[in-house]
Amino acid sequence: MSNIPADLRYAKSHEWVKLAADGTALVGITDYAQNSLGDITFVQLPKVGAALKAGETFGVVESVKAASDVYAPVAGTVLEVNQALDANPEKVNASPYADGWMLKLQVADAAAVAALLDAAGYAAVIG
Amino acid sequence: MSAPQITPLNAFHRRHGGRMVDFAGWDMPVQYRSILEEHKAVRQRAGLFDVSHMGEADVKGPEALKFLQRLVSNDCSKLFPGRVLYTVMCYPNGGVVDDLLVYMRGPDDYFLCINAGNITKDIAWMQEQAKAFNCTVTDRSADYGQLAVQGPLAVGIVQILTNSDLAGIKYYHFADGEVAGVKCIISRTGYTGEDGVELYCAAGDVEKLAEAVLAAGVPLGLELAGLGARDSLRLEAGFPLYGHEITQDISPLTAGLGWVVKFDKGPFVGSDVLAAEKAKGPAKKIVFFKTGDRRIIRAESSVLDASGATVGRVVSGTLSPILNEAIGSALVEAAAATQPLAVDVRGTKLNLQLVKPPFVPLKKS
Repeated sequence: MSNIPADLRYAKSHEWVKLAADGTALVGITDYAQNSLGDITFVQLPKVGAALKAGETFGVVESVKAASDVYAPVAGTVLEVNQALDANPEKVNASPYADGWMLKLQVADAAAVAALLDAAGYAAVIG
Repeated sequence: MSAPQITPLNAFHRRHGGRMVDFAGWDMPVQYRSILEEHKAVRQRAGLFDVSHMGEADVKGPEALKFLQRLVSNDCSKLFPGRVLYTVMCYPNGGVVDDLLVYMRGPDDYFLCINAGNITKDIAWMQEQAKAFNCTVTDRSADYGQLAVQGPLAVGIVQILTNSDLAGIKYYHFADGEVAGVKCIISRTGYTGEDGVELYCAAGDVEKLAEAVLAAGVPLGLELAGLGARDSLRLEAGFPLYGHEITQDISPLTAGLGWVVKFDKGPFVGSDVLAAEKAKGPAKKIVFFKTGDRRIIRAESSVLDASGATVGRVVSGTLSPILNEAIGSALVEAAAATQPLAVDVRGTKLNLQLVKPPFVPLKKS
């Protein structure tokens, strides 16, 4: 069974968003996604300051098996990327919702986060 | 599409958490826990692989040796009972039908191990070639289960389960024996570059054997290992995989397997074409590379020269868990193999550092 925390929002493309009160948000990939990919060997992330549109590719997650694009679940500006993933991409496998976070975004529209899937909705997507 | 074939260990894999995938028409575990961890376990301790999907054939009859000498490129006259030979068999054009192991049991009795995805093709090819000789080729693939126990602790682990003296069986030799009460061909061979054994037994006994190896080995650090680790281990060792480094369009000389092509033993299928290729020098060659970067270079990526022209393609690529960088092999124009080469990975140019495999120091028995 995949771990789907109730306090996050989800995109169908398997990214999660954790919105803070100040309008910033952390973004990563779900437990289901990391488990489907298998051993993650490389994570390519955007530059700080990049402006992302909702649904836009922001990077690539590579596993032993395949390279997969990752998508911005909402529009926003990249405030920070998780540089620890350069040396230790396996953190995404070990801790997809905490140490394996990928982006910190300044979210353009907080309402767009609320419009994403909740845990039950995402659970239905992954069946 | 027909349902994938299963080995006698299918239920065993599911019970032990194998993540099952379709591999060459077989429902096989790609991994149990982590491909990278399983790979490291084999290099550092021991791993247990189900290789029951591999094919087996008996070659028997007064002209068995004469037939094998015609069929394969290596010199089977060097065999004696208990000895194993790695070889390829070629088409008349020099392309490879398959790579295989030839076991000599007796003067008229040989046993072959062939690749899972090639069983039907190989058996048909061999039976056709055997028509001119007084011998028979019998497909025994369904009769045998096969385990590979590989890694520096592998022989010690299997030794717990047998009265046979495993240290007395040298590298690329085999003996009949009992392991965990199961009758086996105990072969000091493998596909990882590590010390170890491959055990052939009756298909109905292989689950009992696998559980016994697991029970003896887990306390010593043995792990179940899947096809993912098998592939990264063999590539790190520089071993060819059929369909990648060798195919019906890639000759053994192009693949760097000249050491299994013995022209002085007399003609064999493809030998005239291969001799001409050798005299002229192969137009293309398989090279092995690393990049100093973790991004895996996937098969079919274009290999570029300094001017950006395509001079070849990647045939295998993975991350070496031991080197912690991407490694791979590529089929490139021979003239380009001494030039600076690169690949483009999503807009990033990565230079290929050509290396002579193995990529990591391996155990030599």
